[in-house]
Amino acid sequence: MTPSEPNRRRVLARLLAAGGALFLASCDRLSGTAWFPNLLDSGEKLSQVTQHLVTSRQSMAQEFAEPDLSPTFRSNGTANPDDPRYQFLAAGEFAAYGLKVSGLVEHPATFSLAELHELPARTQITRHDCVEGWSAIGKWKGARLSALLSRVRPKPAARYVVFYCADPMDDEGTKYYESIDMEDAYHPQTILAYELNGQPLPIANGAPLRVRVERQLGYKMAKYIMRIELVSSFANIGEGKGGYWEDQGYEWYAGI
Amino acid sequence: MPSSDAAISRSDSLYYRHTLPVRIMHWINVIAFFVLLMSGLQIFNAHPALYWGKSSYTGRPPILQLVAKETDDGKVVGVTRVFGREFVTTGVLGASRGPDGDLVGRGFPSWATIPGPPWLALGRRWHLFFAWIFVINGLAYVIHAILSRHLVRDLLPTKADWHSIGKSLKDHLLLRHPKGEAAKHYNILQKLTYLIVIFGLLPLAILMGWAMSPWLDSIIPGWVDWFGGRQSARTIHFVVALALVAFVVIHVFQVIITGLWNNLRAIITGRYRIPPTEDRHDTE
Repeated sequence: MTPSEPNRRRVLARLLAAGGALFLASCDRLSGTAWFPNLLDSGEKLSQVTQHLVTSRQSMAQEFAEPDLSPTFRSNGTANPDDPRYQFLAAGEFAAYGLKVSGLVEHPATFSLAELHELPARTQITRHDCVEGWSAIGKWKGARLSALLSRVRPKPAARYVVFYCADPMDDEGTKYYESIDMEDAYHPQTILAYELNGQPLPIANGAPLRVRVERQLGYKMAKYIMRIELVSSFANIGEGKGGYWEDQGYEWYAGI
Repeated sequence: MPSSDAAISRSDSLYYRHTLPVRIMHWINVIAFFVLLMSGLQIFNAHPALYWGKSSYTGRPPILQLVAKETDDGKVVGVTRVFGREFVTTGVLGASRGPDGDLVGRGFPSWATIPGPPWLALGRRWHLFFAWIFVINGLAYVIHAILSRHLVRDLLPTKADWHSIGKSLKDHLLLRHPKGEAAKHYNILQKLTYLIVIFGLLPLAILMGWAMSPWLDSIIPGWVDWFGGRQSARTIHFVVALALVAFVVIHVFQVIITGLWNNLRAIITGRYRIPPTEDRHDTE
């Protein structure tokens, strides 16, 4: 061992520690700027484009068998909307419920639960992937969104389907909202679910109606849907990013 | 190779070890790796549990879980639960100190995550942006390695390499390092490790990342089950990341004990000083 070695080791240890601290501080400083998260966002846009290039428009999410069902389907986020009108509807088992469909459509209409049950339906056992990292498998039955859209006839300018929900998300009473594009709206697995595991959709999972968008993450699948609007852009919805969580920094495209 | 013999005789001779593209890609990889690791831990923290199966709720408990518990006297304890066994890991896993110095429930501590505070949305942005950098850099490396013959010349084991595996293993355990002409080439364990990392672990990490994407799962419905299901894929992604951390630790350890400054110069400027063979009389 040469005499300079302990000294070198000390220098090295300090260099490593300083380098690590500098790296962390730099990352957190970059996170706090406006431009850097926007730059990072370009990676997610690239993912969206690439994922659409390598899949067909109607590629199907995996469907499972009964033995794969999760024993109980986890409820996440709101489990029971703290909203007087919702509580009134729930007390009457949603007999007074009406789904209003408006916006860029030829025939605006309101659908009762009975009318929704009469629309062509689909049953599917699919996996629900939460952005947090967990997943659960459930059996959903609901009206095909494509069937509902064929009733109200979207105008050519319609590009997005927006869901307005009953669940308040903050102290100011902002209620959940979410949007999908027409490609997902017409996808065969996109349904307005009113049944989970053979039972009427429980309140904890979004009664009376929640949308299933099986190729995307759970936050796209709005629960407690009260109203649907077709729009050409989401500039006037929330803070303009297309959904409640999108306005909190999550991606509108949640295929990854 | 007579010219190299002449080079060894001069102890100050510098050997051109790493080409410029390899050096650039190495350092891009260093940055991308640490960002991916630490933003990955941020994402993990949003649900600090790992499962085996098609979903998280199969009726079986998680195989790994980081949780915070509160004792009767109100103290926060961090607990790591692995295969049903519990270990107290307060301060690091399950519960660690927040900005105000109090213990808070948290999977990995804030010094290990990007960004530092709990922030899933931004952690995902970091992760999914640097994943692209990582993949593009990795593809560029593999293409370069094939076209420049770096792969064949430096990384693929020769017959002689395979015969030396026992000796190489012994040398590593005794921390003996090749000198002279032998130091110009990667040894068999080095070659195998690099090949396993480049063509095994890294592609597996990327593939298991894809398996977690519900959109990519629809390319061939059911392909995720080849790896045990979506939650298994998430577990594999995590275990591969751990294996890569182990690789980096050993790599850095080897770099330090085989001559830190010489190695650093080689990966920055390309020039590597061949360690002279000290005890010639032994070999003569």
